[in-house]
Amino acid sequence: MSNNKRKSISYAKWGYIFIAPFFIVFIFCSLIPLVSTFYNSFFENYRDGLTQVGPNFVGLENYKKLFTPDNSGNIQVIDYTVNTMIMWVMGAIPQLVVALLLAIFFTANRLNIKGQAFFKTVIYMPNLIMASAFSMLFFTLFSNVGPINQIISSMTGEVYDFFGKTVSVRSLVAFVNFLMWFGNTTILLMAGIMGIDQSLFEAASIDGATSTQVLFKITLPLLMPIIVYVAITALIGGLQMFDVPQILTAGHGNPNRTSMTLVMYLNNYISTSKNFGMGGAISAIMFVITGALSFVVYKSLVTDDSPKKKVKKSKGAELL
Amino acid sequence: MSNATDMQGQNERIKLTAARTGVYIFMVLVAILCLFPFYLLIINASRSNAELQAGFTMIPSSNFLTNLKTAWNDTSLIAIPKGLLNSFVIAASCCLLCTYFSALTAYGIHVYDFKGKKIAFNFIMVVMMIPTQVSAVGFIQLVSKVGLMNTYWPLIIPSIASPAVFFYMKQNIESTMPLEIIEAARVDGANEFFTFNAIALPMLKPALAVQMIFAFVQSWNNFFTPALIISKKDKSTVPIMLALLRSEMNSRNGDLGEIYMFILLSIVPVVLVYIALSKFIIKGVTMGGVKG
Repeated sequence: MSNNKRKSISYAKWGYIFIAPFFIVFIFCSLIPLVSTFYNSFFENYRDGLTQVGPNFVGLENYKKLFTPDNSGNIQVIDYTVNTMIMWVMGAIPQLVVALLLAIFFTANRLNIKGQAFFKTVIYMPNLIMASAFSMLFFTLFSNVGPINQIISSMTGEVYDFFGKTVSVRSLVAFVNFLMWFGNTTILLMAGIMGIDQSLFEAASIDGATSTQVLFKITLPLLMPIIVYVAITALIGGLQMFDVPQILTAGHGNPNRTSMTLVMYLNNYISTSKNFGMGGAISAIMFVITGALSFVVYKSLVTDDSPKKKVKKSKGAELL
Repeated sequence: MSNATDMQGQNERIKLTAARTGVYIFMVLVAILCLFPFYLLIINASRSNAELQAGFTMIPSSNFLTNLKTAWNDTSLIAIPKGLLNSFVIAASCCLLCTYFSALTAYGIHVYDFKGKKIAFNFIMVVMMIPTQVSAVGFIQLVSKVGLMNTYWPLIIPSIASPAVFFYMKQNIESTMPLEIIEAARVDGANEFFTFNAIALPMLKPALAVQMIFAFVQSWNNFFTPALIISKKDKSTVPIMLALLRSEMNSRNGDLGEIYMFILLSIVPVVLVYIALSKFIIKGVTMGGVKG
């Protein structure tokens, strides 16, 4: 193709034609809305009952308002970010631990675990279930008249109000998220472990390394880039947490807004009060956080090969 | 001497069996954790409201069909058949548009040499991580300005630009499509569009199938954007209906058997697709998730 320059030049227009739909749609459905969201954040623009206020240019007023303590002295946007992070961590830690354990068990040749295909099918399924339906199911199961409380009250004589207590609501949100995502993480980590050079394991076993040594000196260090990748993408997903707490608490973030997430807050501004100025400001903040995290992911992907190989070599040399 | 090694070997075997047993027990527990909620869902969907109020049991009852009939015909709060249809129309359209145009874009960037090709690719990689929520304010304003609120267009059209699916297709094309085949088609005088549709697309069938499933499921489960666009009852998708059901449950106690049936109906389509194609899907997760 390179020695036929005229031909490749004449085909260039097809490249533009083929990628045009993607870019046109992206510009109209994502880029322009994104820019206009930021633009909105500098305007006062909301519905007060039936009257429309604004849009009036107010500069950074919306951002200031966002970080001003309310009557009870709380800065809501910070509280909701903290809520989101607490619920994310409560789900993400068991998710990573269980996924890592399963991935290690499944890839251990010595153990030779059977029935993996079936098991993977089972643990991945929750990932495809509608989060809204999942949350609705958990609401009905854990509600005051639900089966879980029927068991509890038959044993203790009392009903445990799962949706009236901060700990239990947050735990339920975290548990649903854990259940939905640990299968996915397991499969990714398994792919990561199987991507490790097999000769390293062979060399280690010839040298008489125990399985614990192999785990801590070969598998985990070489898996680190993928664990980091999985953790950060999960964090980006966690920041967008919405469906589960929204449905579980019917959008209220009960009790006392302790399970209100950042996106639920954004959703309230857009759909309930039509406050596009404040909504824009929250979006801009989320964009910056996500951007910073994505940059870390991008870096880890781009420079993936070199440190990985370095680690591989040094560890291999050490063992040999 | 040989006795000692025998003993050691036996010890080793016992240890291995113990480890294996431990792992199997752990697997069974994890599997139960995953399946139990759905088991309870099916059981409860088969019980009448009175039975559900009376107490907990793990044995199915005989009211499955009655609950199904009630849930299917009851339109007082939500009309589940309409919701399933609406969700299906949107999800099916998204899944076709998303996979076709992602493949087209990936093919365009892989096969042709043109100015700005690298920039186009890097641009898509950079925007891949932007969550849809952060542009929601502007998107809603745009949609209402052009008068498309309460229509399905704003839920379907954006799927043409799906950076993650594009990336998957690009990787797949790189590893499966030799440029010689496209050259050969050109020599035979095929038009470029024809080459893509008749020669390239069939070669991508496995990748297309995997991504079609994911695109369908993602659209089917989507809640945030549809809830902002759709406010008319007869246009609602399943997740919007579930949200409505949930907020009503705060104020009144409906027929619990019917509610379990609603939940069951909303996940059944995806579960059936999953059971039929799970091998495919799990392979797809592995291929798409970790780069190179």
